Amino acid sequence: MQANAQMVTQGESAPVLELRNVSRFFGPVQVLFDLNFDLRPGEVHALIGENGAGKSTTMKIMTGYIGASEGEIILDGKPVVFHSAEDAENEGVELIHQEFNLAEQLTVEENVFLGRELKKGFLLDQKTMRDRTRDLLAQLETNVSPRARISEISVPEMQMVEISKALSRNARVLIMDEPTAALTSAEAEVLFKQVDRLRAEGVAILYTSHKLEEVKRIADRVTVLRDGRHVLTAPASDLSEEDMATAMVGREMSNLFPPKRTEAGDVVLEVANMAVPRYVENASFTLRRGEILGIAGLIGSGRTELMEGLVGARAATGTVTLNGEPLRIRNVDDARKAGIVYLTEDRKARGLLLNQGMRQNLTLLALSQFSNVLIDGKAEEAALDKAITEFDIRAPYRDVKVGNLSGGNQQKLLLAKTMLADPDIVIIDEPTRGIDIGTKQQIYEFIHRLAGEGKSIIVISSEMAEVIGLANRVMVMRLGRVAGEVSGEDVNEDTIVKLAMGITSGTNNEV
Amino acid sequence: MKFDLKVWGPIIALIVLCVAGAFMNENFLSAANITNVLSRSAFIGIIAVGMTFVITTGGLDLSVGSMAAFIAGVMILIMNYLIPSMGVTVGVVLIGMAAALALGFVAGLLNGLLITKMRIEAFIVTLGGLGIFRSLVTWLADGGTISLDFDMRTFYRPVYYDGILGISWPIIVFAIVAILGEIAMRYTAYGRHCAAIGSNEQVARYSAVHVDRVRTATYVILGVLVGVATIMYVPRLGSASSSTGVLWELEAIAAVIIGGTTLQGGFGRVWGTVIGVLILSLIGNLLNLTDYVSPYLNGAIQGVIIILAVVLQREKRASR
Ligand SMILES: Nc1ncnc2c1ncn2[C@@H]1O[C@H](COP(=O)(O)OP(=O)(O)OP(=O)(O)O)[C@@H](O)[C@H]1O
Ligand SMILES: [Mg+2]
Repeated sequence: MQANAQMVTQGESAPVLELRNVSRFFGPVQVLFDLNFDLRPGEVHALIGENGAGKSTTMKIMTGYIGASEGEIILDGKPVVFHSAEDAENEGVELIHQEFNLAEQLTVEENVFLGRELKKGFLLDQKTMRDRTRDLLAQLETNVSPRARISEISVPEMQMVEISKALSRNARVLIMDEPTAALTSAEAEVLFKQVDRLRAEGVAILYTSHKLEEVKRIADRVTVLRDGRHVLTAPASDLSEEDMATAMVGREMSNLFPPKRTEAGDVVLEVANMAVPRYVENASFTLRRGEILGIAGLIGSGRTELMEGLVGARAATGTVTLNGEPLRIRNVDDARKAGIVYLTEDRKARGLLLNQGMRQNLTLLALSQFSNVLIDGKAEEAALDKAITEFDIRAPYRDVKVGNLSGGNQQKLLLAKTMLADPDIVIIDEPTRGIDIGTKQQIYEFIHRLAGEGKSIIVISSEMAEVIGLANRVMVMRLGRVAGEVSGEDVNEDTIVKLAMGITSGTNNEV
Repeated sequence: MKFDLKVWGPIIALIVLCVAGAFMNENFLSAANITNVLSRSAFIGIIAVGMTFVITTGGLDLSVGSMAAFIAGVMILIMNYLIPSMGVTVGVVLIGMAAALALGFVAGLLNGLLITKMRIEAFIVTLGGLGIFRSLVTWLADGGTISLDFDMRTFYRPVYYDGILGISWPIIVFAIVAILGEIAMRYTAYGRHCAAIGSNEQVARYSAVHVDRVRTATYVILGVLVGVATIMYVPRLGSASSSTGVLWELEAIAAVIIGGTTLQGGFGRVWGTVIGVLILSLIGNLLNLTDYVSPYLNGAIQGVIIILAVVLQREKRASR
């Protein structure tokens, strides 16, 4: 209803921020071509496109983080040049980055007010800053202390801190680069409430997401980019999710999930009484050959920590049995040697070396395969060729630093890196975070193919649809414990949510 | 390949230095002078190769100069002690050398374990080591000088002054260490792991790299190389005192940085370090040979070069 009311007034309101014929080159490589679109007050505009289409680059140009190579930015009808992000901020134009921009060693409140600390005379006004931070976080229904260090909080909490930071600045143009990639749908709803409020206050909002149902739900207008080119701009009400996907990918999209696999072999992995201090207690589960096991739960339910404990990335206790043999895993290398690999949810801090090239990143986990005494550079290059084709990694040039790849392409590289170790058991934490819908489909097919080859897969995901669409058996965690397990017909949103929230207790907990 | 200042910078600087030097003094490029400069720079060079691994892994070692003095002192004391029973023989020299290598190994291992297992900052641990080793050698020398037995000195001298085909031993050893170092850094899993840890320790850990082991090994390698350098150094003067090896740590670190290795870690190149060593020693030599600038300003010029090198090699800001 509200969206419709906005629609009517839209025609009248003049754009606040507009791109005219904007192009951008990185060295000789052109990534944006002659882009035109505008943002209007009181309107939520969604910018969508495949990984590497140029969404983040566009947003950075609009907010002064980088310049346009050609074309101009129009603010309130007049051309402007933002020399820096600060210039843009002074005009009330804010960006929330796709990759977090938080100082790890500072507290939440220090981050929220970083660079614009409130002062009382010469001294910092700590109390006001703390109270304001607390209020902002409360608005976002985030239960994290303003005094917690960033390094201690979870990825979705970091996202909420980023959002509070932007909200604290009373922007009139708010640009958000995949703000919901790290959030569950419930958490995203909380964010959207704030978006609705800001829209009603007349803020112009530009946002991007690979979750098209979300775009449909929140956006008034949609602009689609493909390979750096403008494809269309249209009212969201005129586009179905399928239309958006087709425009992004440039071809018809079929079913997102392949048909479910129901058959599974013998038990390969048995985990009993696994405990990770402070996070997980008494977790037990089994995994079968050729099976896709889903793990659901709210953020903070200990899913990630349990798996990190299992693969030796965190201190943990408990017994692990692999193919009937007891297995001791003291570090990630022990797990890798046993054929168990873990793909982290935090690709920036734990997954990839951002200042190194694709080749060094790709082979790091499986480096022993490439070296006797010396590293076989040719074999590495061949592996990179293969990974680029198999995972459809789109890089502007071959020796690009991984930090300069688009977020989704980083994710694909991380997946390729993990698979290069040729594991039997693959644990994937948020497999499609920040990945476009076309690639998502490819990754789901890939996971199925692996299972078909007799590998076992554990998928942790905050996207309910993903767990439900992929897994035939789902373990639900709540508050650091296994809340229950569902399989077959019971794998549906209702049952899983109830378990995750603690409304029902696990019925078929025992396997 | 487009021109990359980060790659060519140190090489160009070295060439410019050689050409300028040749104009200023005709002896500068003579075989005798070059051999002399290279032999003298070999100690720092050998240590700097080890330092390259430490810095690439995101660490630092300030203790190497004092460690060299301490090892030299102990090595001389052991040899002097053995001469009465074993005489001036190859055996005594070999035992002395083995002791030097073993001491370097143990000192490096201690540094490494304190840093990785006790989780103390590398800066702190090795700053402590700098003080401790320096004070130990002063104490061993009773405030004076520890001198090698006179006959032994004559016997051991050739290790510094002789060589094959007119190339002295220190130069040969430096070259071998540098070549092995370059290969290890560039073409082995170990070198890759060092760079990975220096870039992001967490990522390395999640990628099945044995972070503590690799990091400790960098300090052990450096310690052993300090031992090697000492073996070449003792026959030169035949003595050790509290002023032996003073500021070597800074010269070694400077050479590494001039060579293009990043101080925060994540990227290292051994050949760059070799060039860094050459640049630093040729400048000192040139100031001694010519009288345009007082040799007392050597330190100032080196300082300017270090800062300049870092400025020139700084990552170009992501182009706006
Ligand atoms: N600093 C840079 N240097 C070189 N290439 C870059 C740089 N920044 C971005 N690119 C390239 O520009 C293209 C567009 O990247 P961008 O990050 O805008 O994509 P995106 O649409 O945000 O993708 P995603 O959905 O994966 O986040 C990519 O090919 C990327 O590799
Ligand atoms: Mg992006």
